[in-house]
Amino acid sequence: MIKIVFFAALREQLNCSELSINSQGLTTVADVKKQLASTDEQWQQVFTNDSLLSAVNHDMVNDEHIVNTGDEVAFFPPVTGG
Amino acid sequence: MTATNYSEISIQTEDFSLADEVALLEKNNATDGAVVTFTGRVRNQNEGKSVTSLTLEHYPVMTEKSLLAIIHQAKERWDIGRVKVIHRIGELFIGEQIVFVGVTSQHRKDAFAANEFIMDYLKVQAPFWKKEANKDGVKWLDAKSSDQSKAAVW
Repeated sequence: MIKIVFFAALREQLNCSELSINSQGLTTVADVKKQLASTDEQWQQVFTNDSLLSAVNHDMVNDEHIVNTGDEVAFFPPVTGG
Repeated sequence: MTATNYSEISIQTEDFSLADEVALLEKNNATDGAVVTFTGRVRNQNEGKSVTSLTLEHYPVMTEKSLLAIIHQAKERWDIGRVKVIHRIGELFIGEQIVFVGVTSQHRKDAFAANEFIMDYLKVQAPFWKKEANKDGVKWLDAKSSDQSKAAVW
């Protein structure tokens, strides 16, 4: 399984803070996004947005990053702290 | 490098004291002649609209990891002594302190540069998000492209 977490505006748009998905057939972050996008129209819109940021095990990564079972994959909008 | 016997980062809901933080940066630290601090506060307006409060959300664990990575990069680039970064979370009202960056060095140039670098990188890399409340309601703030360009300069 892969743990997926969402933050800020994304969490509110999806009305979901975390979920688990089966890692079978998923190689990269892009694959995870594709699978999540297939949920419905709303999720499709969120996961095809180019400004979406991804982190795997608390490090910012790009779409080509490899995912493994047990990973924590996070999706969130561009950060606005400070 | 000056030995540090206190935590370099803190993510907290409670306020902080600038005087206390400066005292910690200076305590038993006779080698550093420069102490540069930055404090970020909640403004009363944003893009012409009056603000009533900001609510800060973060991604626990990743926040700490990214701040430590930014501090590590600053230490590799400049000859600096102590570093402290504090970022508050939760609901904050006008005038309240949000963020603190303190850096010491033997001479001022390194502390000035490292402080600005840490702040610029924090703005684009550390997973914090601001939700703004004004008289019309609440909205998540959009990231500014000017923040990306400031960080890219380094």
